[in-house]
Amino acid sequence: MGKRVGLEVTVAVAEAVALCRIDMAGVYPITPQSHIAEHLSTLVADGKLDAEFVTVESEHSAMSAVIGSSGAGARSYTATSSQGLMLMHELLPIASAMRLPITMAIANRAVSGPLNILNDHSDIMPQRDAGWIVVFAENGQEAIDLSIQAFKIAEHKDVMLPVSVNIDGFQLTHMVEPVEMPTQEEVDQFLPPFVPHATLHPARPVTMGAFAMSDYFTEIMKAKDEAVKNSKKVILEVWDEWEKMFDRSYKPVETYQADDADVLLLTMGSMGETAQLAIDELRAKGVKAGLVKLRLWRPFPFAEIKAVVKNAKKLIVTDRAVSFGGPGGPVFSEIKSALYAETQRPTIYNYIYGLGGRDVTVHDFVGMFEKIIADTGNVAADTYVFWGVRE
Amino acid sequence: MIEVRWHGRGGQGAVTSVELLAVSAIAAGKYAQGFPSFGPERRGAPVAAFTRIDDKKINVRSGIYEPDIVLVLDSSLIGLVNVIDGLKPGGKIIVNTHKTPEEIRKDLNFNGSVATVDGTGIARKEMGVPIANTTMIGALLKVIGIMGLDAMKESVEHRFGRIAQKNLNAMKRAYDEIKILN
Repeated sequence: MGKRVGLEVTVAVAEAVALCRIDMAGVYPITPQSHIAEHLSTLVADGKLDAEFVTVESEHSAMSAVIGSSGAGARSYTATSSQGLMLMHELLPIASAMRLPITMAIANRAVSGPLNILNDHSDIMPQRDAGWIVVFAENGQEAIDLSIQAFKIAEHKDVMLPVSVNIDGFQLTHMVEPVEMPTQEEVDQFLPPFVPHATLHPARPVTMGAFAMSDYFTEIMKAKDEAVKNSKKVILEVWDEWEKMFDRSYKPVETYQADDADVLLLTMGSMGETAQLAIDELRAKGVKAGLVKLRLWRPFPFAEIKAVVKNAKKLIVTDRAVSFGGPGGPVFSEIKSALYAETQRPTIYNYIYGLGGRDVTVHDFVGMFEKIIADTGNVAADTYVFWGVRE
Repeated sequence: MIEVRWHGRGGQGAVTSVELLAVSAIAAGKYAQGFPSFGPERRGAPVAAFTRIDDKKINVRSGIYEPDIVLVLDSSLIGLVNVIDGLKPGGKIIVNTHKTPEEIRKDLNFNGSVATVDGTGIARKEMGVPIANTTMIGALLKVIGIMGLDAMKESVEHRFGRIAQKNLNAMKRAYDEIKILN
């Protein structure tokens, strides 16, 4: 294990990706992802990473390039944010339908408009149904670990799907913090070379991304759904293996002080650690507060969510994106539908917060708990509230 | 945990300093965060950057609103930006200026601990440039007292190569010459 060093998280992610011996990176720089693109291109230019760095002219081209490259059998990587991800959107379901194990970092940033470069989850949420595996990092170490694990998960013969690693923009990407970089030997031991299922080669012609009309389309969609659902088994295996090797545990749903909690709060991404401090504060006052952290967004961990929330009286789901005119934030909707048929389940509340970089403090989380605990009539249940909004 | 807010102008290197300090503190076995005020930056515009240092893992990821220490890289910001905003009771301010701590106290209408050093003058003499960001790390280390100047050597050498020693010399002078009024 490498020793603990201070690195900016984007630079650490680029270093981790280089340790995965990628063959190709097709990246277009966009704030707050840019340092990943810059650092990878520096590593290639300095001869430290033997890979093709394709300087594309847009994110649409970046995703097109990695689709082609992955189809040709190369370990292919890209990274983006916000508008860049929106521009890629058209191609994301194609990458998963073609069963290409592309790995992508998303430095999560608010989608325009108005133009905003800061963090929320409005870029990843519209990609929910693209057929990608989606994981969220809580800190710099997780951003590194998940980036390495992503290749192994994506390329597993029982998965063969693209993976996005979501890293909150600025809150994580622009932070210099302590991380432990695995060594090259360790990554080589963990991650075998990429063995593609099929490759595009003039001498061995295959068809990828073929045309399919109504006679086959439904079957292909069903097959893709099965593939995403089945990927969970491999994800769990890979996380298990990671824990054995690096002594850091990864689970689809993680908890903090949740076992005996009356009121739970659920976060996804970088807010988890700050929320943990709020739990400590509330516990010190005798409030039975607990935290649930959702790491795996797709495939959605239904069983794990049901298990961890079933004994709580109230569950506060927090969302970093808005479903305008919808049933609540996207995470809230999923959790609600996951628990719909449960006979024993908490009353569910939804706060939409931290939009466009609005800072969220320990005090905010304590406030959320206090408000919901005070709502003895469950008046605010089953609907959503914009936390801290000025009206 | 010590929380420091840096005030400077875009281009004066506040972000470089918080990075160097965080990297060095971590190399010295501590836990640290270094981060900019999130968002676009413009050369010459007032900016802030932040440092957290602790002996245990730092979990908080929100901004710093109640710093223990404020460091002002550019004294022309005094009067323009409320640099003592949120400063903890007993908190300290360090200013890069040729003025005395007494004068700064008066300028800020502030009764707490003030430290001053002519970082720009030192930087000009030691490095030939009026950029005091690394110089002022020396001043900060003197005030916080949790690690010595030696801790900076490796990260400064890694960052600045052949001009590293000049930066380290300037840091040392700021460390020695800072005037502290408690």
